[in-house]
Amino acid sequence: MTAELHLLTLTQIAAGLRQSEFSALELTELLLRRIEASDQSLNAFITVTAEQAMQAAKRADAERVAGRGGVLNGLPLVHKDIFCTRDVLTSCGSHMLDNFVAPYDATVVERFANAGAVMLGKTNMDEFAMGSSNETSFFGPVRNPWDLERTPGGSSGGSSAAVAARLAPAATGTDTGGSIRQPAALTGTVGLKPTYGRVSRYGMIAFASSLDQAGVITRSAEDAALLLGVMAGFDARDSTCIDHPVPDYVAQLSGSLKGLRVGIVRQHFDAGLDANTALAVKAALDVLKAQGATLTEVDLPNLDLSVPTYYVVAPAECSSNLSRFDGVRFGHRAADPKDLFDLYCRSRGEGFGAEVKRRIMTGTYVLSAGYYDAYYLKAQQVRQLIAEDFRKAFSEVDVIAGPTAPTPAFRLGDKTDDPITMYLNDIYTIGANLAGLPAISTPCGFADGLPVGLHLVGPHWGEAAVLRCAHQYQLQTDWHLACPEAFR
Amino acid sequence: MSLDKDQVQHIAMLARLKLADDEFAETVQKLSRIVAFVDQLSQASTDGVTPMAHPLNAIQRLRADVITEADDRDHLQQNAGAVQDGLYLVPKVIE
Repeated sequence: MTAELHLLTLTQIAAGLRQSEFSALELTELLLRRIEASDQSLNAFITVTAEQAMQAAKRADAERVAGRGGVLNGLPLVHKDIFCTRDVLTSCGSHMLDNFVAPYDATVVERFANAGAVMLGKTNMDEFAMGSSNETSFFGPVRNPWDLERTPGGSSGGSSAAVAARLAPAATGTDTGGSIRQPAALTGTVGLKPTYGRVSRYGMIAFASSLDQAGVITRSAEDAALLLGVMAGFDARDSTCIDHPVPDYVAQLSGSLKGLRVGIVRQHFDAGLDANTALAVKAALDVLKAQGATLTEVDLPNLDLSVPTYYVVAPAECSSNLSRFDGVRFGHRAADPKDLFDLYCRSRGEGFGAEVKRRIMTGTYVLSAGYYDAYYLKAQQVRQLIAEDFRKAFSEVDVIAGPTAPTPAFRLGDKTDDPITMYLNDIYTIGANLAGLPAISTPCGFADGLPVGLHLVGPHWGEAAVLRCAHQYQLQTDWHLACPEAFR
Repeated sequence: MSLDKDQVQHIAMLARLKLADDEFAETVQKLSRIVAFVDQLSQASTDGVTPMAHPLNAIQRLRADVITEADDRDHLQQNAGAVQDGLYLVPKVIE
């Protein structure tokens, strides 16, 4: 049993702990050894919190023996390094924050800790979550456990690689344009992005505040449901967090897909989609149909404008959010500034990497005098049109299904020369962010030996619907159980 | 449209970013590419469309104007590059 502990899902670990088949400490020590052994090959972690993890595991074991403990008691997980963790380095993948020790815990971190979860460490990520391949990280790219020459996706690439390589059963992530779902698709894991406002953003370093949402990467929809139930809910410390009841997501996983109306978007299967990826996704749609779902074509006429819309709105918000990094209160500070202007410009010029600077400058440009109406205002109008397309579609269907990413994992270095080629990775995922919708990616096969993700989008507050659809699909298929050879 | 060197210099100044000489040419080229890409928005017909401010059209919540945070200055200032007597230090601003 013990040798296989790393293969267990959170739900299986919880059952094993309840029956005292193993201890949280035993499991934690095993995973810490696996993390250490993989560090050279994957680079999935920025910080490993081994000492704290073992203390937390011992506490969890004591609670369990005493018949107490929260719903996640003793369950190991890792946090994307965008979440503030008190007294632990919180770098956001940037040189700007490579000396930043967070003075408080993010709400997500706090809720998981209060429920008894054991944090193993902080995962690598694209700098300030800006990237789709993990190559913009100051700490170097993460490698895909399925092929070390390839990207694990981004920006939550350390989280997806860690879960895929069985270094941790679950990880937190953040999703502004696809940063949970695309890496999940590229690594054969499950990635859930909740409705905007479902989960508190307090202590989650801001990139684009009207799009950012915290979620999880797991190995089953059931585990994602379990974690969402803990992380979701109102938090007065995030003014955009919405006070909406949190259902029992795990209880709502059961029930057949008979009568579920699944919408298919024709543009999703156009020329931009890799042929073998299309085959895997179409086969998955057939499985849903065989389970009783009805497939209907839906039209999202403005969807083609989602990527350019995103690349106005997100940089605009990023240029504003990242103005806080000025070299004064926290973060990198340039040496020997000659005046205040020089302190700002050099601290920021030295602290930020190339992609972050490009996005700040794009945002500065679209918000600047004379261009605001043509770009920012226009993009917010097109965003409204895209959201309206989804509203209409969801009057006819319960979920929208399609591919998560246009291709399987690409080679590191393949898309770094042209920013637009990289941006188009998120062509199928960005719409859900612009409209604030919940969405999940679940493994649905392989293309050329690399994992493919099925993307399911629901209406606002429809997390239970997409989780149930993914869970029922996982009961019929075993793609989510596939483990990369080198990490069994 | 494409951006020229002077425009990029101006944007960098507004954004308070010092670009090294060797990254400047690449920045001009890549920013031009991004701006040309987002220019396709101009084709969309948006007459009379209300710009979206919040994905769920939620209204900003307000709270009572009372102090809720305890003083944690020493702890918070541990992340600052230069402090003195509880104050953040910056280069002299007023001569």
